[in-house]
Amino acid sequence: MKAFLILEDGHVFEGKSVGSAKEIISEIVFNTSMTGYLEVLTDPSYAGQSVCMTYPLIGNYGICFEDMEADRPWNMGFIVREIAKTPSNFRSVESIGKFLTDNDITGIERIDTRALTKILREKGTMRGMITTNENYDLEECLSRIRAWQMGHVVLDVTSKEKTVYPGDGYKVAVIDLGVKKHIVKSLQERGCQVTVYPAETDAEEILADEPDGIMLTNGPGDPKDNVKTIAEIRKLFATDIPIFAICLGHQLLALASGADTVKMKYGHRGANHPVRDLKTGKCYISTQNHGYVVKEDTVDRDIAEVSFVNVNDGTVEGLHYLGKNVQTVQFHPEACAGPLDTDYLFDQFMNMMEVSK
Amino acid sequence: MPKNPNIKKVVVIGSGPIVIGQAAEFDYAGTQACRSLKEEGICVVLINSNPATIMTDKDIADKVYIEPLTPDVVRAVIEKEKPDSVLPTLGGQAALNIAMELEETGFLQKHNVRLIGTSAKTIKKAEDRLEFKKTMEKINEPCAPSEVVTNIKDGLAFVQKIGYPVVLRPAYTLGGSGGGIANNEDEFVEILMNGLRLSRVGQVLVERCIAGWKEIEYEVMRDANGTCITVCNMENMDPVGVHTGDSIVVAPSQTLADKEHQMLRSAALNIISELDIRGGCNVQFALHPSTFEYCVIEVNPRVSRSSALASKATGYPIAKVAAKIALGYNLDEIKNAITKKTYASFEPALDYVVVKIPRLPFDKFIKASRKLTTQMKATGEVMSICTNFEGALMKALRSLEQHVDSLIYENLSQQEDEVIKKELYRVDDRRIFVIAEAIRREVPLSVIHDITKIDLWFLDKLANIVKEEQILREAKELTKEILFEAKRLEFPDSVIGGLTGKSEQEIKELRYGYGIHAVYKMVDTCAAEFEASTPYYYSCYDGESEVEPDNSKKKIMVLGSGPIRIGQGIEFDYCSVHSTWALKAHGYETIIVNNNPETVSTDFDIADKLYFEPLTAEDVESIVNLEKPDGAVVQFGGQTAIKLTEALLKMGVPILGTSAENVDAAEDRELFDEILEKCCIPRPAGKTVFSREEALEAANELGYPVLVRPSYVLGGQGMQIAISDKDIIEFMDVINRHVQEHPILVDKYLMGKEIEVDAVCDGEDIIIPGIMEHVERAGIHSGDSISVYPAQSLSKKIKRVIEDYTKKLAMNLHVIGLINIQFIVYNEEVYVIEVNPRSSRTVPYISKVTGIPIVDLASRVIIGEKLKDMGYTPGLQPESEYYAIKMPVFSFEKLRGAEISLGPEMKSTGECLGISKDYNEALYKAFLGAGVQLPKHKKMILTVKDSDKLEAVEIGRRFAALGYEIYATRSTCRVLNENGVPAKKINKVEEPSQNLLDLILTHEIDLIIDTPSQGVERSKDGFIIRRHAIETGVYCLTSLDTAHALLTSLESADRHNLSLVDISEI
Repeated sequence: MKAFLILEDGHVFEGKSVGSAKEIISEIVFNTSMTGYLEVLTDPSYAGQSVCMTYPLIGNYGICFEDMEADRPWNMGFIVREIAKTPSNFRSVESIGKFLTDNDITGIERIDTRALTKILREKGTMRGMITTNENYDLEECLSRIRAWQMGHVVLDVTSKEKTVYPGDGYKVAVIDLGVKKHIVKSLQERGCQVTVYPAETDAEEILADEPDGIMLTNGPGDPKDNVKTIAEIRKLFATDIPIFAICLGHQLLALASGADTVKMKYGHRGANHPVRDLKTGKCYISTQNHGYVVKEDTVDRDIAEVSFVNVNDGTVEGLHYLGKNVQTVQFHPEACAGPLDTDYLFDQFMNMMEVSK
Repeated sequence: MPKNPNIKKVVVIGSGPIVIGQAAEFDYAGTQACRSLKEEGICVVLINSNPATIMTDKDIADKVYIEPLTPDVVRAVIEKEKPDSVLPTLGGQAALNIAMELEETGFLQKHNVRLIGTSAKTIKKAEDRLEFKKTMEKINEPCAPSEVVTNIKDGLAFVQKIGYPVVLRPAYTLGGSGGGIANNEDEFVEILMNGLRLSRVGQVLVERCIAGWKEIEYEVMRDANGTCITVCNMENMDPVGVHTGDSIVVAPSQTLADKEHQMLRSAALNIISELDIRGGCNVQFALHPSTFEYCVIEVNPRVSRSSALASKATGYPIAKVAAKIALGYNLDEIKNAITKKTYASFEPALDYVVVKIPRLPFDKFIKASRKLTTQMKATGEVMSICTNFEGALMKALRSLEQHVDSLIYENLSQQEDEVIKKELYRVDDRRIFVIAEAIRREVPLSVIHDITKIDLWFLDKLANIVKEEQILREAKELTKEILFEAKRLEFPDSVIGGLTGKSEQEIKELRYGYGIHAVYKMVDTCAAEFEASTPYYYSCYDGESEVEPDNSKKKIMVLGSGPIRIGQGIEFDYCSVHSTWALKAHGYETIIVNNNPETVSTDFDIADKLYFEPLTAEDVESIVNLEKPDGAVVQFGGQTAIKLTEALLKMGVPILGTSAENVDAAEDRELFDEILEKCCIPRPAGKTVFSREEALEAANELGYPVLVRPSYVLGGQGMQIAISDKDIIEFMDVINRHVQEHPILVDKYLMGKEIEVDAVCDGEDIIIPGIMEHVERAGIHSGDSISVYPAQSLSKKIKRVIEDYTKKLAMNLHVIGLINIQFIVYNEEVYVIEVNPRSSRTVPYISKVTGIPIVDLASRVIIGEKLKDMGYTPGLQPESEYYAIKMPVFSFEKLRGAEISLGPEMKSTGECLGISKDYNEALYKAFLGAGVQLPKHKKMILTVKDSDKLEAVEIGRRFAALGYEIYATRSTCRVLNENGVPAKKINKVEEPSQNLLDLILTHEIDLIIDTPSQGVERSKDGFIIRRHAIETGVYCLTSLDTAHALLTSLESADRHNLSLVDISEI
């Protein structure tokens, strides 16, 4: 079946339908990771988005369920050059085509993903539609695309209730803004007792559980939509409890402490982004997935200092809050998909909790 | 950290002659690194014995020593040049070994010279099997259970513990020399003995056999600050058991999930951090196909063949960045040369698939074993890029230029099913075609997987190609959809035509009618995330083109020479690159088309545009349609480029330089005879034939011996000396295995002195930089002969005749550019035996030793300049005060079963130079550079054919005078003794002990001189002797002329105080 990707600027790509044939409108972004398509598909931070994979052969090693970052895929649409029909890997359970169909995820293949990437790079992230309707009316589609808004997607992805994962180590409160399984897993591997709270849980309720540390997670959408969560984070920040924040969590804490965020032209999505630790000068390759960034000139130097920057574009990749046991990063130390180079930050979080005890 | 200001003068050690396992990739890496050092204002002192390289040009380094790569010579250079640093990681294993020796003996410290880049400690940790194992254990990186053994007894004891099969790997050898897999005690003892001898330190690693596991490589970089990145990972299609250099390799890995990939990537970074690597490093892993278990196979703390491949596959210039790191820079201080926006501290993202296929030399060594093992056999490789794996594989297959443009191979389709199934077990260069045939016979992929252990993902892709063949075969009508899919999978028009019963031309017209054209995408290191302006392109069919032809300048397309193979080596890359530079300097836009990842020409900043594409007419035409070049240069790219002449003319692209008709005239026997007659130049009598019968008739009319060869070939492919009808029958059958478009030449064979000349002609004048003379008489391929410049034994008169003939031939063939002529001087008469109106193997050598940049001159002539205006006096140039001797270098020990005796078909893989004001010293240096370091035990074996017996007396006498103990077979011994030369009789091979073989195996023999009789009737004995000699590391000569030269070099050179010649001052 034919499928069409229509961008809000009027570009149309014709390809083949894979997975669901359901018509969708979403934000269109690209990801440059060469492996880890399942992790990308199931990362809640992609809620409201369709992801174009720049690597052309997707699905080669099939679907290994244990690699999922959430219980279901969160991408609205999946855009690739070629979907593997016959996957091969000892852990593979099924093909990606079946996975997309079973989960009702709209996909399109056999399009020039490089040409699409270049459009997004030059014009910035856009909205778009994937449809299998061959008789679509372009103008009508464009007006629907332009009318579409992502909305406050954190509320779609966050857990509905508090969940406790047992452990005999530190008690960590995880504020679920769209948490990836590997964040919880990274804490569990270090023995933590992890409690996951819905995004808009009152700070008082969390503090009542007497956590040793607080973890603010990744998540989708515009950080400024999270008004209530930011207010609660401000209260958490006022305590002396160590905080470690990743991605959206890093942005919300920045907003909570008075800094501002801004939408990037086309964001950072991939597993090859170099970040420099400003203390040591050492660079690490990190996984990234963000469309917004903390504006460096809005960070109050009396409150926080920049701890990591992106080597390519100099944007803020991490903040260290002065006089506090609070460390936040824009990138993903939990990896999955991507390099494990900054996994040590979880150890630092353990140290932070140790020190403050 | 910024650049270390204390580094001002750096010695770079090259890799020496091209041999199997150490090829052009080091010229690519070395050239890139030297340029990178020079742009930092560093004075670069280069040492490399290989004159065919670009890195030994005076514009690449400040001081250039084309001297033997021995520790003594490097010591002498350091004493003379007083550098502050040595960069040892660019010249492969050879350079690393020398640097280690200088470091370990305290020489470097004494002279206040530091090793930059990776330290000696690191090198030792990575290279020494024992240290490496210890280091891996320390950081919990698993290696296969293994033990380093230094003798047979310990080896047997260890293998008792772990059981067969086991893998053996000698320490400090090239391309896995002497390694192998042993399945039983006999095999084990044989391989171990050989390995112990070849290892520089007498160590062999015996380890658990992990054959059949996935073989995965990581190219990693690290700086002094500890920042690590991986440039690329690569997956071998052939599982562990086949040397990575002989494997089909794909980048990035295809069958690894992110979990496996990150596990290995982290392991690679863990390893280079522990080893404290400062620069580039290659880490090879074996990964269990159905668990997360893995082993570290090997670490190479230097640039390598794999790093060259990774550089070309990603656009990330590893050698350049490694050189900057050696100077003290950190990765995040080095700009990404492709995007010019990002830095070297990121990991390339690919949005295409890269496939590499090795080029194996079995077309030259028909009798050698084709089995692929852990001992590398390939002489070169091709790479291709496409948006899908099938397409990349198909492009790579046709880039090999082996008469196979798809997965349909010769006569496999006529074999019985049982034969095909049996063949699946054979691990050789034809396996991929056998698998395809098995798929056609509907052998289940799971069965093929069980036999070959090749991952099902790859087998499924091969099945897709086979399915497409079937669709084409059965198509009633070639619809746009069917044709598009075939092109998306990169089926060439000719193959589609063959499958659909149409001609290539019909398919092309149909395709153009449908509007199906190749489009070009950019290699940009970042999958389009950042804007890049680097003009490095590949083709595919699915998508839109990114190339915007720039028509502001005149454009010239330079066609490269494809994979390195015997007969067409690195020298043609030298010519292509120099031509490109010259054309660029004169205001042209240059476009290179080539498919060899090991070369300088495919570096992204050599030409204005690089198309990494197969060199077939169809692929070139697609580029021509887009770029519409004003002309093409074919005379620098060897036979690969010459072969495209006709096709280019049909596309309407003017051939710059010598016209196509004149190239033809040199190859077409009748046309050429007319020209010779007109110029009154004699040549040995000869005839052209097509059939075996005609050949027999011609041979008998001319009288034996005769020379038989196909026209339009390079490197004497298929050329043989026949002494009987039987030979003619055999040779003609071999030649006619492939349909010959051109006639076969049968010539009277004259055993005279062979002379070679390269010249530049502008249509009015010629420049002959010099006359080269071969040490070996005619009958041995010029590429395998020792070549001496200036010619030694020619009278003034003969030299004048040669100059005159050269000029006449160049004029009458209307040569514009380069011409290479081979003469025979026989009874003071000069005969022409071959004329090639193009660049030749000797061009780089003669350019360097005369200081005359002939490729530059030829390129300028091609675009219309005149030699007179370039400041040269036409004619034969005055002789240099230096003697320069080009010595062939062979790789016989890598090719089990290959016949080593020399003849008209070329067998050498590389060459080295000996240069000196003293002839004997030049000769000594040439032998030394080729690895002949005599005397050792002063024992030798002499066994010659009857016609050589008397000449052997003189040779025996001179060796005896040098103190050699001579062993000889019965009749040779008798002749020696009768003429007063002391010699001991030794039994022949089939006779009882102690015979020749026993003697060879005692490892006390320096040298064997064994001249085989010509023709098919070669003695089996001789073959066995020569193979044993090679496999036990005994130097073996098959020509008495070479023996004379060796004697001359041994008799008079002062071996301890070699003079050093800085080529940049010539």
